[in-house]
Amino acid sequence: MSAGSFRAMLSAVSLAAWAFGFMPSSVLAVDAKPPVTAAATAAAYVPKGIPAPPGSVFKTLFSGYQFRSKDTRAMQDDDFSNPGMLALDPAATEWTKVDGAAGKSCSSCHGDATKTMKGVSATMPKWNARLKRPVTLEEQINFCRTDYMKAQPWKFKSDDLTNMATYIGYQSRGMPVHVKVDGPISPWVARGKALYYRRIGQLDMSCANCHEKYYGKHIRADTLSQGQTNDFPTYRLKAQHLVPLEQRLQGCMKNVRARPYKPFSKRFLALEVYIASRGEGLPVETPGVRN
Amino acid sequence: MSVPRMRVPKTAKKGEVITIKTLIEHPMESGFRKGKDGKLVPRMIINKFTATFNGKQFFAADLQPSVSANPFIEFDAKVDADGTFEFTWVDDKGTITKAQAKITVTA
Repeated sequence: MSAGSFRAMLSAVSLAAWAFGFMPSSVLAVDAKPPVTAAATAAAYVPKGIPAPPGSVFKTLFSGYQFRSKDTRAMQDDDFSNPGMLALDPAATEWTKVDGAAGKSCSSCHGDATKTMKGVSATMPKWNARLKRPVTLEEQINFCRTDYMKAQPWKFKSDDLTNMATYIGYQSRGMPVHVKVDGPISPWVARGKALYYRRIGQLDMSCANCHEKYYGKHIRADTLSQGQTNDFPTYRLKAQHLVPLEQRLQGCMKNVRARPYKPFSKRFLALEVYIASRGEGLPVETPGVRN
Repeated sequence: MSVPRMRVPKTAKKGEVITIKTLIEHPMESGFRKGKDGKLVPRMIINKFTATFNGKQFFAADLQPSVSANPFIEFDAKVDADGTFEFTWVDDKGTITKAQAKITVTA
């Protein structure tokens, strides 16, 4: 190898290091000025965020969408190529299907989902006065089934439940996330916050270690997001199907070698309430497309 | 399996090249994966896709185990006359799923 080509290789390596190592940090500190070069301005993709509400730990809120590749973003943007949309048809049929001893369907009480379910998922998890605790969207669907339809509840991760959650979530697409955190729900927010910052597992990590301190940076080949939940249930290309939020959270817990919480548990509920409150104002993207 | 999704323009100019997109729900089980019992999960993929226009085949694809779930297939077609597109997906069980779309040629 001649000396000239070796030097060329070196500069290529350092350019790549600049692009991968430093590009995301310009995302983190909004006021820091990244070094500008012609090559960098052409290649750099800058995630677009929204200003965080007062009291937020972030300066800017980014949906997980912003950290995905161009192809993945295009896949979500086009309703046709978004595979999560496949859930809508079966769920719409299920919505009007009578099930259980009470002889009711979802539409018997709720009517037309495209009207009555608009904005619902943007406010979930929501305080339930009857149960005296917050409930997630998936839980609410199952309460409707057991208490009003007298039907069997759907299982966690089942197609029926995830499709229905996607269908209801889809009706709120584009609407800002707004979860109520004051009043009786506030102890749950506090508990969720404690869980969020609690280090768990053999790797001794908390949610905040990745999703608050290092979002926008790489974890191996992947870019860390802020851990927002505005896109759930989301179509994961890795799983090749729609993934409900609690399955995703369990995935994170397995990655840090912790024992995942049980689905529909109180700890998950508290954590979900708190995480949703961290994304106040982000548009609902259900069904999202993620790695 | 849910109803396949297709995107075919309703109208086209004579001789125009249109883009057709299709998406079908399918697990596309590769046959290389092991289940919880440690045994191989049998292969179950869509192995053949064909597209015909007025009964005449103009596009076909053999799909292999590496294709991911819910295969999305996009291709072009030149339209010369009114007619009906028919798309057929065949999977390893022999299940045949068909879908049709009409197109009108404008002057």
